[in-house]
Amino acid sequence: MPEADRTTSLDDGNVAGDPRGHGDDVRAVPLRHPGRWVASALVLVVAVAVASSLVTNERFQWDVVGEYFFSSAILSGLWTTLWLTAVSMTIAVVLGIIIALMRLSPNPVLKGGANLYTWFFRGTPLLVQLIFLFNISALYPVLTVGVPFGPKFFDIPANDILTPALVAIIGLSLNEAAYMAEIVRGGINSVEHGQTEAAQALGLRRSVIMRRIVLPQAIRVILPPTGNETISMLKYTSLISVIAMPELLYSAQVIYSRTYETIPLLMVASLWYLIVTSVLTLGQTYLERRTSRHRRTTETFAGGLLRRLRPHDTRVTAGRERP
Amino acid sequence: MTTSEASASPPAVRIRGVRKSFGRLEVLRGINLEVWPGEVVCLIGPSGSGKSTLLRCVNHLEKVDGGRIEVDGELVGYRRKGDKVYELKDREICRKREQIGMVFQQFNLFPHMTVLGNVVEAPVRLGKMRQREAEAAGRELLARVGLAEKESAYPRQLSGGQQQRVAIARALAMRPRLMLFDEPTSALDPELVGDVLAVMGDLARDGMTMIVVTHEMGFAREVADRVVFMDQGRLVEQGHPSEILERPSHERTQAFLRRVL
Repeated sequence: MPEADRTTSLDDGNVAGDPRGHGDDVRAVPLRHPGRWVASALVLVVAVAVASSLVTNERFQWDVVGEYFFSSAILSGLWTTLWLTAVSMTIAVVLGIIIALMRLSPNPVLKGGANLYTWFFRGTPLLVQLIFLFNISALYPVLTVGVPFGPKFFDIPANDILTPALVAIIGLSLNEAAYMAEIVRGGINSVEHGQTEAAQALGLRRSVIMRRIVLPQAIRVILPPTGNETISMLKYTSLISVIAMPELLYSAQVIYSRTYETIPLLMVASLWYLIVTSVLTLGQTYLERRTSRHRRTTETFAGGLLRRLRPHDTRVTAGRERP
Repeated sequence: MTTSEASASPPAVRIRGVRKSFGRLEVLRGINLEVWPGEVVCLIGPSGSGKSTLLRCVNHLEKVDGGRIEVDGELVGYRRKGDKVYELKDREICRKREQIGMVFQQFNLFPHMTVLGNVVEAPVRLGKMRQREAEAAGRELLARVGLAEKESAYPRQLSGGQQQRVAIARALAMRPRLMLFDEPTSALDPELVGDVLAVMGDLARDGMTMIVVTHEMGFAREVADRVVFMDQGRLVEQGHPSEILERPSHERTQAFLRRVL
């Protein structure tokens, strides 16, 4: 490689004869990565193929997609999906923190209860849990409010209060709480024990230590997976369609079962899911930046991408600092 | 025994027959020790001799298995009622710990708070001072440890020596009557040790009662009123630094000092 001969000259003989007068300032040619270029080309080809099919395959019926995209049925389904996600996720986070604290408690009964909970909800599919809850009136036809094994206050038929919306909220949040508990527990455990000891030595109480010292540090570890869970939750709400609650997917299904425009309506639903998950991802990135303020690295997404794609600038200055 | 035992004031710390095991490992096997107000006691000894554990028992970070520890005449972590001793609630233990400052080998500063935030956290949370008042007092303490200009830095931006001095200021912010130092310079680069020891020396001259677990024999010789040598969970000998460090009477002390000096 003649180019390499000209610019890479780490031995003294070449430096002395360097016609451009670099002195002991040598310029190393970065290592080339031909494999990266081949792989990039392959990916580009696939991307172009997919894009052209999206445009040329008329069965996508983009006009139908456009027609229903902002229709009131779809928008109301989207709204249901959004609030269902928000409500279920909020309950799941609170419940998850409680279960995580139970698991970390020295009390074996609390710990056992939390373990049992996590074991059950992680061990059975969400879809099964939802259908089960929806049919709970077959198991407990009448719900009674009162003291366990003691006096009853009043009875309610289960079917009267267990609306699809309530079943959806209970089902999604109970299930998600099991995962959130694990995430919160991992976050709390990631904070060094020395932090707790230092706070104890200062005379701070347990609850204050948890709130002021441990959780703020754990949040950095908890937040990224919680963002992922929120995104998953948004998608899991589509399972609610099986109990005939008109969220985004079910709203689309209702329309295409009438018009048989299955593909375009699934495209409508998918595009909305994509839009919302993209917005959530942006929000997640922003929140992560904010909470890691005390150890921030500033790099834009595009900048980072370019840096990783390009070979590093490896100009070497022998013996002294480059000004 | 020391001459100060004759003084009228009661001991700041009285340790009587303290025993402690981790599982089957007996770490402390009956320790007796008194520390007098204003006294600086250095605990030395090979690693695993139980000196850090003993220190951690003094503010109840470790529970003792037997014996008792009194600070300012009050049991630590327990309450005597009749001839029985009851463990205290979290709230009551915390009140006792307020009077005892502790500095750790690994600094353990709160990384999500600024230097000043670290110093004012405890006095503000415990309702000892208002935020502004605590900040003024905190700035004074930071000036005292030579870090006045670092108040808005985060711990990770400081060197180890600076972090440890912040940790000392943080402990002092609660106006403790007793300071415990657990190998405060062992995690530091050699050139940073001096600054921390200087701050500790100042503190000692100001009359603070201090128990210092250390491997810094120079500090022990210059600052300590008494050096206590521990080995295998027992207190082997104690006395004036010149006595213990130069003319140790016990064979195990001699062997240890030959290795570290």
